[in-house]
Amino acid sequence: MVATLQLNQVGVRYGKLEVLSGITTPVMKGGEVTAVIGPNAAGKSSLFRRIAGLLGGPGDIAIGGLAGRSASRAVCYMPQDTSVNTVLTVYESILLARKQGGEHRVSDGDLEAVDEVLAALRIEPIAFRGLCELSGGQRQLVSLAQTLVRQPKILLLDEPTSALDLHRQVEVLALIRALARKHEICVVLAVHDLNQVLRVADRVLVIDAGTMVKCGPAEAVITPDLLRDIYKVDGRIERCSRLCAQVIIDGPIVH
Amino acid sequence: MTHAASVPAQTGRGVYRALVQRKKLLLLALAAVLILSVIADLGLGPARYGMREVVLALAGSSEVSHQVSVVIWDIRMPVALMAVVVGAALSAAGAQMQTILNNPLASPFTLGISAAASFGASLALVFGVGLLPFAIEYVVSINALLMAMGAALFIHLMSQRRGVTVETIVLLGITLVFTFNALLALVQFLASEQALAAVVFWTMGSLTRATWPKLAITTAILAVALPLFFRRAWALTALRLGEDKAASFGVNVRWLRLETMLIVSVLAAVPVAFVGTIGFVGLVGPHIARMMIGEDQRFFLPASALSGAAMLSLTSVISKSLIPGSIIPIGIITALVGVPFLFSLIMTNRRQAW
Repeated sequence: MVATLQLNQVGVRYGKLEVLSGITTPVMKGGEVTAVIGPNAAGKSSLFRRIAGLLGGPGDIAIGGLAGRSASRAVCYMPQDTSVNTVLTVYESILLARKQGGEHRVSDGDLEAVDEVLAALRIEPIAFRGLCELSGGQRQLVSLAQTLVRQPKILLLDEPTSALDLHRQVEVLALIRALARKHEICVVLAVHDLNQVLRVADRVLVIDAGTMVKCGPAEAVITPDLLRDIYKVDGRIERCSRLCAQVIIDGPIVH
Repeated sequence: MTHAASVPAQTGRGVYRALVQRKKLLLLALAAVLILSVIADLGLGPARYGMREVVLALAGSSEVSHQVSVVIWDIRMPVALMAVVVGAALSAAGAQMQTILNNPLASPFTLGISAAASFGASLALVFGVGLLPFAIEYVVSINALLMAMGAALFIHLMSQRRGVTVETIVLLGITLVFTFNALLALVQFLASEQALAAVVFWTMGSLTRATWPKLAITTAILAVALPLFFRRAWALTALRLGEDKAASFGVNVRWLRLETMLIVSVLAAVPVAFVGTIGFVGLVGPHIARMMIGEDQRFFLPASALSGAAMLSLTSVISKSLIPGSIIPIGIITALVGVPFLFSLIMTNRRQAW
């Protein structure tokens, strides 16, 4: 059974302030990657927090195909803020994520799962470093590891690669896409770099000023018109040597 | 906290298991320090007994005289054990306050809970005013307990308001400390000379008030609270990764905070109600534990309780040793001993989170 996620007229309010409204998507299935894009303060993080159940609001979030797993165990959310001030090692923090809602005892299976995710993200060398000693990029990788170790069916990633170098960005997003395909995980992620979106996403959801502007296949959504209307830049879409569509920015639109 | 250097993937499990063993050994070492300290504490007093005599008396051996046995079991034991349970309770309460408020300065003392207790006690000592109409013989303790719980719940309710930051909570705690200290000063100003002496002595904190019933109540509360915390060990540790992160793991953060604060308020208030204000144990104990063992609550919680217990027990030993023949109130000694110790730990430990 494949996990599914569908939003219907979803919104978020902070008191009287409406930050997000009328977000409606087609059914997002396990194995697919949906990218949420839009300018700063468009409401992307609020949408992630709403889907993760951390915020209330109008609309309906339909989650299906979890095969008996509760939503709190099958839906995993990686917040944008990865800052920590706790005395835990990387290894302990990942194990901790795995053990939530589980029994007290740490089994060999738990430790095996932690080792696997450390290897997948190539962060074994920092496994026994303290969380407070890590760089921003390392913290982001660890936060992603904490999310992946829970073996989610629906994975919500709020800017998971914003602090990573270019090589790591390409590598991590490729890994996320591969995991989505292999384990039929329904991935929703916010990424600012449109070239990375074109590489990784099957579907793109564009949010601007709290409303949904467009939703569709990545190459149909990311067009020169979108660059002009949403990001206020002149640009074109060309194919790289591997035939992946990429954005070339000519410059900002000067009024 | 110890961290092994970089390790290859295949040994990750092995290194983790070794670290867990090391933490267990550290807990045993803390327990050993505590036991030795209690034995020393039992040996000290107007008449001094050696370690061998104390151990023999504890074992019920016929080699020690009946008099020594009575002194150790009936007079010194409640006081020595009270130091242990009060230290453990205050330190565990401080540890969980720091955890749920995400604040290194949180402790019963710094957030005004002890000051509230002192004010409550002073009302009984000076005016004979009881906040509950019954249990007159325990009126001082009950007043202190109710005021302390009120202060703890007030802090909790304020911390739940939108937009309240970690800094706001500390400021709020400081305002409580000042408010209750001012109210206490007012009561002292109005008090008779005799009542004033009683209030001053109470606020210094002294283990000599320990009795078997008080010891039993404090122990019972500790015995209930620690397993309740322990049951939530994974969730409480997750809270230290940030509220959003914990919530994304399925932790009901609001409920966990409320539940923990309720237990903490009783855990912090009861010892203060029985033995008076004892500062710094609730602040320093958790920091010592954190630096030694990290913040995995499965180890951090027992380490906090043990370090607080050991600290107060050692303080009791020192308070008896400084001026032979007299016992300096323990509240005075805890700060004098605890703070330099914490200071040296901070200066030598560069990996701490706070």
